[in-house]
Amino acid sequence: MCIYMEKPSTLLDKLWADHEVMRREDGTSLMWVDRHLVHEGSHHAFAKLAGRGANVAEPSLTFAVVDHYAPTRGRRNIADPDIARMIATLEQNAQTHGVQIFGLLDPRQGIVHVIGPEQGLTLPGLMINCGDSHTSTHGAFGALAFGIGATEVAHVLATQTLWQKKPPAMRIMFEGALGVGVTAKDMALHWIAQLGTDGARGHAVEYAGAAVTALSMEARMTLCNLSIEGGARFGMIAPDQTTFEFVQGRPFAPNRAAWDDALMAWSALRTDANASFAREVTIDASAIAPTVTWGTSPEQAIAIGAVLPAPESLAAAKVDAARAAYDYMGLTPGKPLIGTPVDQVFLGSCTNGRIEDLRAAADVLRGRKAVVPGLVSPGSALIKAQAEAEGLDRVFMQAGLEWVASGCSMCVGMNGDLVGPGMRCASSTNRNFRGRQGQGARTHLMSPAMVAAAAVTGTLCDVRSLPKVKR
Amino acid sequence: MAGWTHHKGRAVHLPLDNVDTDQLIPARFMSVPRSDGYSPYLMHDLRRDNDGALLAAFPLNGVEASVLFAGSNFGSGSSREAAVYALVDAGFVAVVAPSFGDIFASNAVNNGLLPAVLGPSQINQMVAALGRAHEAEIDLEAGIVQIGGVMQAFHLDSTWREKLIKGWDDIDLTLKESGKIASFRAKRVAQKWAWPDV
Repeated sequence: MCIYMEKPSTLLDKLWADHEVMRREDGTSLMWVDRHLVHEGSHHAFAKLAGRGANVAEPSLTFAVVDHYAPTRGRRNIADPDIARMIATLEQNAQTHGVQIFGLLDPRQGIVHVIGPEQGLTLPGLMINCGDSHTSTHGAFGALAFGIGATEVAHVLATQTLWQKKPPAMRIMFEGALGVGVTAKDMALHWIAQLGTDGARGHAVEYAGAAVTALSMEARMTLCNLSIEGGARFGMIAPDQTTFEFVQGRPFAPNRAAWDDALMAWSALRTDANASFAREVTIDASAIAPTVTWGTSPEQAIAIGAVLPAPESLAAAKVDAARAAYDYMGLTPGKPLIGTPVDQVFLGSCTNGRIEDLRAAADVLRGRKAVVPGLVSPGSALIKAQAEAEGLDRVFMQAGLEWVASGCSMCVGMNGDLVGPGMRCASSTNRNFRGRQGQGARTHLMSPAMVAAAAVTGTLCDVRSLPKVKR
Repeated sequence: MAGWTHHKGRAVHLPLDNVDTDQLIPARFMSVPRSDGYSPYLMHDLRRDNDGALLAAFPLNGVEASVLFAGSNFGSGSSREAAVYALVDAGFVAVVAPSFGDIFASNAVNNGLLPAVLGPSQINQMVAALGRAHEAEIDLEAGIVQIGGVMQAFHLDSTWREKLIKGWDDIDLTLKESGKIASFRAKRVAQKWAWPDV
């Protein structure tokens, strides 16, 4: 165990020091990886490994998950041969290297960033890597977690380490309390809209402040998940009692014998008073409204009640992109966002596919009917089972939405769950990039409750102003 | 991966900001094995109209180039290394932009593709020279890019510069440190909580 006695340290400093195997003269650190999560997209990395004739260095620290290509329907007989091949390739690689896999029919299957925490693989104080940019999700536990490319995945497979230069630390403080109907998703879209998609580029972001401390683990994961959309590879939150309670008793979490040591180590994982950050930003949480994207970049987001900004009103460097986004999205500057008709909705993803997200959406849908079609894909098979035990599946289905199995699904469309060309989708996901949900698809990012509100009105609307239903 | 120090080749200018990795390669092409080549998928949808026909005005269409001058936040978004494969397989050796997505830049260097950082006004000066000359010249050691006599010093992390020049294979380098890794591992093993309870 390290003792931190010298100058005040940030959470990043402590996590970094705990994983640094060595540092080269050029300042690059060789970092020990505690958990390595792989998915179907890791086929390039396994191919590199095979090309070298190398083995997985630490199979017991490597976990494979079927999520990106997971069909959400008809799992036992996959119709698309490409999808079947991608899944079979991962299963084969896992078997060859003795890596545990949460396969398509495993009751614990789900999205990698959902099941890591759910299974207790994600813990405070760990370094966690995955070939997926939303790996920052795990930082919600006070872990050093970041997405890597295929070459780096191959490097971790072969050595259980990664070369990385320590990024400067940035702190985003959310002071005060969130208003009713405002969520972690809105906090994230709000700061990204304020600072831009490259606002935190090159930095490791620590989220802090009263509004962050007040968040549940699910909500903290949503906030950290979206760090990369603001340019940060790392997002993290110091672990506290909320974290420890979430972790305790999970299948792969420390057992009783190791728990006290764990708590002692984890309790040290907080930024010291007077520690300095390369950059600090403070945001008043009470001023955040439900926030929705209007363009093709997560920074193109406004409060639901706001008017679509004129491109000329934006910074000079953003004018052309805004014009192109309006053209692609079929929207007109100067008009209100509220009332924009949507064609369909999607609830799910590593950003907002957790039980709390489903509950929030179901609370809006209960006793109401969706007027547009929609898909609900829980973040994991266990969340699906829990939601069914709570009767949420019936709420979704009675509202007219489709209740399907877990996977990345319509967030990235690799499994064939796509939004059609020109179709407008209210989505609880993380990227509104051009063509992200399908060629020509028009994505509006928002919180799960806001997606549900869009479903019942058929338009973008403020969930807080929906008329009450008699129950 | 082969290292390199100098490059001279056709340059092309794509004056768009935030060309994210979903634009560089749409997700539907990512199940292809690398050995098949990723060049056909580079900016697949961005360079076509709604009916799938190539846009004559799109800067990359009909041009075989190896140096790309781009807008800011190039390669933001997902960690898909396939975005880099598509550029490399299409013959690109360097991308010059005001800023890059962090994961993209690191993936680029791992594949010998230079992510050179140059301010927007410097890029504008350079591409203005593209009318007179078609080729850009890059001196990696000196950190200089030039077109038709217009010369600019670009920014590149010094470690990345060395890696590109030497064509390092990180796994080989790391395996030389296996003693240090083993002793770190032994320390970590003593922290039982850090290991999955199976």
